[in-house]
Amino acid sequence: MVSALDRKLLRDLWRTKGQALAIVLLVACAVTTFVGSMGTWRSLLRSQSSYYDRYRFAHAFAQLRRAPESLALEVAALPGVASVETRVVADATLEVEGFNEPVTARFVSIPPSGEAKLNRFHIRVGRTIVPEGGAEVVVSEGFANAHRLLPGDALTAVIQGKRQSFRVVGVALAPEYVYEIRPGDLMPDEKHFGVVWTSREKLAAATDMKGAFNDIALMLNPDASEPEVLARVDRLFNRYGGMGAYGRKDQVSDRFLSDEIKQLKSNAVIVPSIFLGVAAFLLHVVMGRLVATQREQIATLKALGYSNFTTGMHFGRMILVILACGMGLGVAGGRWMCDAMTRMYATFYRFPSFVIELQWVEIAAAAALTLAAASLGVGGALRRVVSLPPAEAMRPEPPATYHPTLIERLGLRHVASQSVRMILRNIGRRPVRFALSSLGIGFAVAILVVGWFFNDAMDYLIDYQFRYVQRDDATVTFTQPLSHDAVLALQSMPGILRVEPFRAVPVRLRAGHKTFRTALLGLSPGGELRRVIDRRTGPMTLPQEGMVLTSKLADILGVRSGDLLTVEVMEGKRPTRQVVLSATVEELLGVSAYMSQSELNRLMLEGETVSGAFVAMDRAAHGSLYQKLMRTPKVAGVTLREAALFSFENTSAEYLLFFASILVTFATIIAAGVVYNAARVSLAERERELATLRVIGMTRGEVSFILLGELALQVLVALPVGSVLGYLLAMLTASGVDSDLYRIPVIINASTYASSMGVVVAAAVVVGLTVRRRIDRLDLVSVLKTKE
Amino acid sequence: MTAAQAAEPVLQARGLTRSYRMGEVEVHALRGVDLDLFDREFVVILGPSGSGKSTLLNILGGLDVPTSGTLRYRGRDLHWSEGDLTGYRRERIGFVFQFYNLIPSLTARENVLLVTEIARNPLPAAQALEMVGLAERMDHFPSQMSGGEQQRVAIARAIAKRPDLLLCDEPTGALDVTTGRVVLEVLDRVNRELGTTTAVITHNMAIAQMSDRVVTIGGGRISHIETIARRISAQELSW
Repeated sequence: MVSALDRKLLRDLWRTKGQALAIVLLVACAVTTFVGSMGTWRSLLRSQSSYYDRYRFAHAFAQLRRAPESLALEVAALPGVASVETRVVADATLEVEGFNEPVTARFVSIPPSGEAKLNRFHIRVGRTIVPEGGAEVVVSEGFANAHRLLPGDALTAVIQGKRQSFRVVGVALAPEYVYEIRPGDLMPDEKHFGVVWTSREKLAAATDMKGAFNDIALMLNPDASEPEVLARVDRLFNRYGGMGAYGRKDQVSDRFLSDEIKQLKSNAVIVPSIFLGVAAFLLHVVMGRLVATQREQIATLKALGYSNFTTGMHFGRMILVILACGMGLGVAGGRWMCDAMTRMYATFYRFPSFVIELQWVEIAAAAALTLAAASLGVGGALRRVVSLPPAEAMRPEPPATYHPTLIERLGLRHVASQSVRMILRNIGRRPVRFALSSLGIGFAVAILVVGWFFNDAMDYLIDYQFRYVQRDDATVTFTQPLSHDAVLALQSMPGILRVEPFRAVPVRLRAGHKTFRTALLGLSPGGELRRVIDRRTGPMTLPQEGMVLTSKLADILGVRSGDLLTVEVMEGKRPTRQVVLSATVEELLGVSAYMSQSELNRLMLEGETVSGAFVAMDRAAHGSLYQKLMRTPKVAGVTLREAALFSFENTSAEYLLFFASILVTFATIIAAGVVYNAARVSLAERERELATLRVIGMTRGEVSFILLGELALQVLVALPVGSVLGYLLAMLTASGVDSDLYRIPVIINASTYASSMGVVVAAAVVVGLTVRRRIDRLDLVSVLKTKE
Repeated sequence: MTAAQAAEPVLQARGLTRSYRMGEVEVHALRGVDLDLFDREFVVILGPSGSGKSTLLNILGGLDVPTSGTLRYRGRDLHWSEGDLTGYRRERIGFVFQFYNLIPSLTARENVLLVTEIARNPLPAAQALEMVGLAERMDHFPSQMSGGEQQRVAIARAIAKRPDLLLCDEPTGALDVTTGRVVLEVLDRVNRELGTTTAVITHNMAIAQMSDRVVTIGGGRISHIETIARRISAQELSW
């Protein structure tokens, strides 16, 4: 049986349904983003680890120039090593029928049985290779899809200058290549890079690796010390051109994947906090107003013998009902979002299977956060309920205290009309309320700004990286370091307009106990095609001495300009040198290490040697040039800038923008909710006063002006405040999106501010018109007759 | 002295003072009041606006706490703790307010249920409403009733808990003569039939005639207490 007090609660809720709904939606938005992001984070984490386990993704990896197979036994005997698999890995140029652009393939060997011990793949279509099958290959799914490759199709590869034909027998996925990134690239590019598995025997023959290996994967015992094992492996491989053993967290694909999954978690905190903050504010306004209008009812309940606690709980329950509805809706929304985002990411990452997992912990945490925010918002109102002396019920409220406004006190009384004075005095009487309302509306502007800011930032990032930093048409990499003659040969090719050579060397950077494996890029100082540009200070000329790091990389290594770094080169004579960090550069994409090319040549104890070149090409000659370049024996690969640009826009950017579009939808809800609440509260509070004004002869227009004028002023103040808040929130959000892959610049176009303000003003106009209709229909007799 | 007065008073107030701030003004509403209320009697408290009579009633009903002074209920001192006061209001006191103070979102019956759900030995809500002649209007909301009807709902709500003391603050203040008389008849009936000690605040001298005693207040003090020799019924009142 529902008690009379509960019936009052339900009817009060029904009466304030518009405002309650606004809060319910806000709480729902917050809970949806929180539960959705946290759920997606956990689901992906679980999917990732089950994928890794199931396909025996190795714990450690090492590449070397060439070592006899017998060395594998020594590695297997190292303490802490559970199992070992040696492989032959080689990059080659692929010719794909009907595709004119350069394609690089990473050939990875598998045992003749067709199934590796470690780093297994998952066959999606077709089968794996068989011992007697001949020149069979399995290709990675991303690449296969990009070129519509199916079992039965033919592939031609140029491996170390030799053309070989293969037949596709299967399409597969592998935990090692969740992110299929060509070494040195910043983004996956499935059209131009793919992984191809073939039999060890075939690949060894093509690469002169019979009885030898150049790549090894290790599984460690659970109690093994990874750094110790890596150090021992390095010592063993030193003689064989080892390029440094590394653990899973430095494996390129895992690094990107784990980084991106981690990012979801930071989104899961920042965005919902904003929504909850606004919801708390709305609760504050609505409950404050409800308690003010129910002052007499509260006192009456107490006079009837209800205790302070019971009376407080009555209002507390009302808030709980609102929160519970918001939570329920939010959890449902969160489940949907978790499901949709996990599916989307799982498709993007091509997980063979995925787990969708929403734990009670997340829901409980969302509930705790919501309650915490709500208690901040309504604490004051509930305290007033509890402490209101019941004798108040019998005493009329003293008239509100008004004072002449500052403008009037300055003697400018005649400047303002009677109506304007009423507006100003009302604001002057409750400046905090006015400020909070403006702030609430400001938050709506701010969230819209944040939602749209992602678009601006991505546009800027793409423009900056691909039109300002990377201005080459293609990057040509050679199979091995070559003399400067190679540059001259390139220059002489018809259709090539400009060639700028570079030297790229695999290194391990070490600062204290922190290490980072990367390529040290040597550029010619006056280069135009690939520039080192600081986002704040502009193009930078590489210093003659020392190196330059992307600030993000300097942060990872914990170094500052002027510090000494140990550079361990993994190629050639493998020197280890102390190099000073001359400067850091604020870049948006990737993490890089730069040096002037001549300085790098000196460090390598070599003459003028190049690893490849950035080239500018004549547009008309593109097609024939690709063909020519791909058939040049010393060319390992050609990367096209346009393709990189396209792949960036199609991958990460797309997923970030999906999140942003959810944000914009939610921000619009907030804008409407806050403005609607502000207007409804003022109308309810001043119904009597406005009706009185109508009775003494004011027109509807004049009366509306008094109420809507105040609303308009609130919105007017909110616009600039919201823009500033939006900038700050964008900074906060951008700081959450900070990975090795890319950083988001805080770039907000004027049009973003304008549209954010536009949406809020539009919402305010719609709400204003609704309120105006209510003012027009004000029932003068009944409003004045009964006390509320 | 009447027979009732020979016995122990139901409520005994001694030396009550009360001052409070109202807006920007310090108000000394009570300046030392001694008053006894006896079993089954009907007392009218008379006084002009601002004389302190509402403040006195609030303190007697446990709605307000005096600045100084004591209140004994059936021989027991009232402690001014929140729990004590809530229990006192819940079990002993029925209130009728000038502006009815019904909960607008609840029907007549539900307004009465509000009390019967928490009282120890209440009348059924329907019976309380019958007593005030509103058996037919039980499911109406306050906004669907006249002022007199609303006030009778308030009385039904006040008596439903079978209070020891019924305190009424200007119960007819917002009503016309005819409606006011109906309300007073109900109060009269409750006093006679249930034997509930009733104190009514009013500035309407005419009401004094239906009481056993008239207490006159002015300037925060009791200026005069008069025992009425022949109490008349509410129907006979005229003003």
